[in-house]
Amino acid sequence: MEGLRVLGQPWEFARHYYEHGADEMIFVDVVASLYQRNSLKDIISRTAQEVFIPLTVAGGVRTIDNIRDILRAGADKVAINTAALQSPEFIRTASRLFGSSTIVVSIEAAKEGGKYLVYTDNGREYTGVEALAWAKKAEELGAGEILLTSIDREGTGEGYDDDLTVMISRAVSIPVIACGGCGRLEHAAAIIRDGGADAIAMASVLHYARAGHSDAGKITGEGNTEFLRSGKKLSTIDPLEIGAIKKYLREHSIPCRHELDGRDAR
Amino acid sequence: MVAMRDKRTVIVDYGMGNMFSVLRACASVGLDAVLTSDRKELERAAAVILPGVGAFCPAMENLSRLDLALPLKDFCASGKPFMGICLGFQLLMSESEEFGNSRGLDIIPGTVKKFPCPNPERAKVPQIGWNEVQRRGSWDGTALEGLADREYMYFVHSFYVQPSDPRDTSSVTSYAGIDYSSSISRGNLFACQFHPEKSAWNGLKIYRNFKKLITGE
Repeated sequence: MEGLRVLGQPWEFARHYYEHGADEMIFVDVVASLYQRNSLKDIISRTAQEVFIPLTVAGGVRTIDNIRDILRAGADKVAINTAALQSPEFIRTASRLFGSSTIVVSIEAAKEGGKYLVYTDNGREYTGVEALAWAKKAEELGAGEILLTSIDREGTGEGYDDDLTVMISRAVSIPVIACGGCGRLEHAAAIIRDGGADAIAMASVLHYARAGHSDAGKITGEGNTEFLRSGKKLSTIDPLEIGAIKKYLREHSIPCRHELDGRDAR
Repeated sequence: MVAMRDKRTVIVDYGMGNMFSVLRACASVGLDAVLTSDRKELERAAAVILPGVGAFCPAMENLSRLDLALPLKDFCASGKPFMGICLGFQLLMSESEEFGNSRGLDIIPGTVKKFPCPNPERAKVPQIGWNEVQRRGSWDGTALEGLADREYMYFVHSFYVQPSDPRDTSSVTSYAGIDYSSSISRGNLFACQFHPEKSAWNGLKIYRNFKKLITGE
């Protein structure tokens, strides 16, 4: 796992984002399918005790029992990618059992020869399936939402993939969450206004603002801790705070919950 | 121990969606609550929360199968604090348009309708996300007491509630070109379409208010 850079403890990040106005959180185990595991339960159950916004778990959701365990641990939704592509009927079974709104279908797409094709295993495995057809199928099978990640843009800070998001969002009547590429405030507004996104997800641009707040020496487990120990800053992305993003959206007539609403009334 | 039980809040577990978040929200405000489908527990509860996510028809079927429909009606008539959440709000109505026409618990006169899709606003259905809750009438002494007008709460639903008597509505929310009743308040009954247990600090305030209605503190 040399390529995965460790930035800190997930529950510390979760608490921080909650306190600073995140509207929803997605926990992704990026190597779950590779390792055939599901390891987020502990992180979720710890987070759910103190974080009262919707929590979604992605990565390694393969069976009905997986979903049941994850929900019991404190998640509200699961996002399914690999297992859904392997067996589309899994979406139908899961959404009938747990309700559509619990089942998010995660689509990771990259552009190839003018088409958007779907990948699994965090962009590692080629499927040859077209993103547009798969999104429609996922809706038909009972998915409640689509988490749409642009593999080309993820981690780049160059902005969301407008073409991909518009195409999918117009083709389905369920909400589409755009993911991958947010690096500046303008990106967040543009993908909602022009890209048809119903919600936006972001990771690096927030995480790098928080990196270094955990004690790198205490962090064990897999992944590369070199970056944390070096004390460097990332050169390609200027970190953003949730409050600044929401303020920017409101200033651009995109309504959203104020990041501090009710916080001090506890 | 007996005194503890007398103050107990029952969260009705009838197999519709995730009830654990409701239990956790209760715990976080210090409300002694238990998840159960036992009608005897429901009959002696100090307060009842009816949560639920999913479809109206199977929910009514489950309530009947578990022999909970009548005890729920009796509890609502008892004057003790009751809170319905999401599907637990819709079930209080007389009927739903889902799958033709389905009878509800008929505790509050009204119907459950589906958001139009497509709609002129190009709003997605279901509504999944945060939306404004606009005040109707006074919130004093209700579960909404102390909240500001137009506070954001978290919603997940394709169907909305239309009470026959507009005076039952304590808040209105706009979506898909429709101003619908996002909560009702009538005597001991409070019910909301949004999920207070997923609406951060303002949502937890509703749980705190509900606790105050039960324990007086």
